Amino acid sequence: MARVVVDVMLKPEILDPQGQAVQRALPRLGFEGISDVRQGKRFELEVEGPVDEAALARIREMAETFLANTVIEDFDVKVES
Amino acid sequence: MTARIGVVTFPGTLDDRDTQRAVRLAGAEAVPLWHRDKDVLGVDAVVLPGGFSYGDYLRAGAISRFSPVMATVIEQAHAGMPVLGICNGFQVLCEAHLLPGAMLRNTGLHFVCRDQKLRVETAGTAWTAEYEAGQEISIPLKNIDGRYTADERTLDELEAEGRVAFRYATAGAAADGYGNPNGSLRDIAGISNAAGNVVGLMPHPEHAVEPLTGTGRTDGLAFFTSVIKKLVSA
Repeated sequence: MARVVVDVMLKPEILDPQGQAVQRALPRLGFEGISDVRQGKRFELEVEGPVDEAALARIREMAETFLANTVIEDFDVKVES
Repeated sequence: MTARIGVVTFPGTLDDRDTQRAVRLAGAEAVPLWHRDKDVLGVDAVVLPGGFSYGDYLRAGAISRFSPVMATVIEQAHAGMPVLGICNGFQVLCEAHLLPGAMLRNTGLHFVCRDQKLRVETAGTAWTAEYEAGQEISIPLKNIDGRYTADERTLDELEAEGRVAFRYATAGAAADGYGNPNGSLRDIAGISNAAGNVVGLMPHPEHAVEPLTGTGRTDGLAFFTSVIKKLVSA
């Protein structure tokens, strides 16, 4: 079985207050030098059968219609070896 | 004739009973609708109430949007049936692309629960006809994912077409319920589709429909009397 990973991130122009809260907490915890944090989602899909172009096209369609809301989010599909 | 208004219950919906009650108080028959039924029982209008359908998993409204009942609601909304989405219902309407834009985590990261002052921006929708443009109302607000977002072009389009239905009123003190509570762009609290039959907003008119309960005010009742008047005169 192959694993396909879909990463979903807020678009760069969208404010991410959760990421900002994480970033602001870092110096207090002794982690210096991080100027920005943005928080996203990672989906790990276990795919039955071969991950060919057709399977990837279906997964991209799934990401576009369901896993991500493309009004506010970008997504990236990767095959894990 | 008595108007029949459907109220959808998804798993995790909280405000379906209050919404049914508001529908009845306004003078219509409330028809409970179940998310797994495609059949909407011939209702004249539909309300998607507030709550946390599917636990807000993935994104608020993202899973409910694909439920069997929504297939019919989307189809009938395109055919002109009045549809109101309150809070989570608004999120479902955006995810279903019946309304543009999306809701994000409040900028303050807090769950906000308070009586909120709103300005009604248009009486030109199925759900706001009994208000006057510019009228100020106070109804409860309770959410954590209430920050309305859309790209600049969409926002300009909404403004130009008079489809911003409600804005958070900002001309007063926060303690009195004024101000933008969640960072919504252009203070937008609710919008409509181009035809005016589909309206979504984050605050809760169904919690402000009788003097004895809720806010003690009845500022939310006109949502329901507006649509009933439209249906009965149609």
